[in-house]
Amino acid sequence: MTELDQSCSVLREYGSEQSLLSKPDGSSTFVQGDTSILAGVYGPAEVKVSKEIYDRATVEVLIQPKMGLPGVRERTREQCVRETCKAALLLTLHPRSSVTVILQVIHDDGSLLSCCLNAACMALMDAGLPMSHLFCSVTCAISKEGQIIIDPTARQEKVRRTALLTFAIESVECNVLMSSTTGSFSVQELQQCIAISQKASEQIFQFYRDSVKRRYSKIK
Amino acid sequence: MAAGFKTAEPLEYHRSFLKENCRSDGRELGEFRPTTLNISSISTADGSALVKIGNTTVICGIKAELTMPPSDAPNKGYMVPNVDLPPLCSSKFRPGPPGEQAQAASQFIADVIESSDLINMEELCIEKSKLCWVLYCDIMCLDYDGNLLDACIIVLLAALKNAQLSEVTINKETDLAEVDIQKKKPLKINRLPVEFCRNDKNDSIIIVDPTAEEESLSTALLTVVTDEEDRLCAVHKPGGTSLSGEKLQHCINRAITRNKEISKLVGKVIESTKTAK
Repeated sequence: MTELDQSCSVLREYGSEQSLLSKPDGSSTFVQGDTSILAGVYGPAEVKVSKEIYDRATVEVLIQPKMGLPGVRERTREQCVRETCKAALLLTLHPRSSVTVILQVIHDDGSLLSCCLNAACMALMDAGLPMSHLFCSVTCAISKEGQIIIDPTARQEKVRRTALLTFAIESVECNVLMSSTTGSFSVQELQQCIAISQKASEQIFQFYRDSVKRRYSKIK
Repeated sequence: MAAGFKTAEPLEYHRSFLKENCRSDGRELGEFRPTTLNISSISTADGSALVKIGNTTVICGIKAELTMPPSDAPNKGYMVPNVDLPPLCSSKFRPGPPGEQAQAASQFIADVIESSDLINMEELCIEKSKLCWVLYCDIMCLDYDGNLLDACIIVLLAALKNAQLSEVTINKETDLAEVDIQKKKPLKINRLPVEFCRNDKNDSIIIVDPTAEEESLSTALLTVVTDEEDRLCAVHKPGGTSLSGEKLQHCINRAITRNKEISKLVGKVIESTKTAK
């Protein structure tokens, strides 16, 4: 149990900035340690007739890697982000419209999917889109000795036989919204990681609250 | 009359069955569709298999080719899985470049292969930095009726167990590879990942092995891959409604029992081809 307390609930230094871009309806950057993602949200906007859904908005997510064109790896990440946003947004308020989330990777130093999800949530808040709950994401790495490291850097992720678990947690009941894992691990390790992620998510939700409070306290 | 109701109000139609704790095709909530497996269906491939889970039909062909090992892992061979969802299998898929579902499935299979240590990649290497095997695994869906990932993993597993690689020796004088087609040696499989799809409907009912209609009405999909030591190789839930801890544990337990059923099935099929020879 001492291994749990050592390096578990220590997230890297994180920060965010909102409303930096003028054209998107909402934008934000999210920085976790050295990993940095820039997110832009356009919505509710016009949607192509082939993609429109009669009673709800269509959510599209694009992840642009730092170098090269988006590939198969980006598609799986896009799927995870899209389904998480769809669960959080109140899409039935904007039928036959589209909500587009564009994520640009500025620097990847581990926990990329988590940073993408956090940046997406902040950008959706900045755009003022109605959501039923907020979400945040935490990545855990399990080393081959069984030690759990939260918010790993790229070097910690690359160590051989490290399992990586990324969870998206929602703000109302702290349940798991999204889970994406690589590597093999036992059921107990999974439960421990979920518990650690839920605890760390409280810090991130508090950060969301503080940053929004600070922002709106300036507006008279 | 029931057909009219099903088309007009599909969600209510399925809900009326779920209230009685069963599903529209008569299954229990935790029951899988009958699974049939056939191997060596493709004679031109080095290994192949075909699986049918209810109506969902997926075929896999394995071709082994010789190539130079990648520079960052000179003593290992590699596998290239590819999942193809042609317009044949469902009206949802249009012709053209692979759509998002196919790409996400390919990436998922590649991750499971790596996470579960399915094959010892060092065995695929013939000579360090010079020659190794690359296994191209082409998984094609012929009929899409839900639970695609489960079928893909079972068919990949069966095809790999069925695959036979020729023996390759490097002639020291000429430095060329000599392939002996006569001698074949099967691959050694380390772990047996078995996938298992759960599907969460609006009122938090969990059903197993959804059909395509049930999948479209669901609010979340969970896929759990376990291996024969009951360790988890993947817990894949791409968003959707939230899942509590006990429900997740319930799903994992069901996955572990399914693993045993599938490994028995695969074992039986492989044995039957051996005795047939």
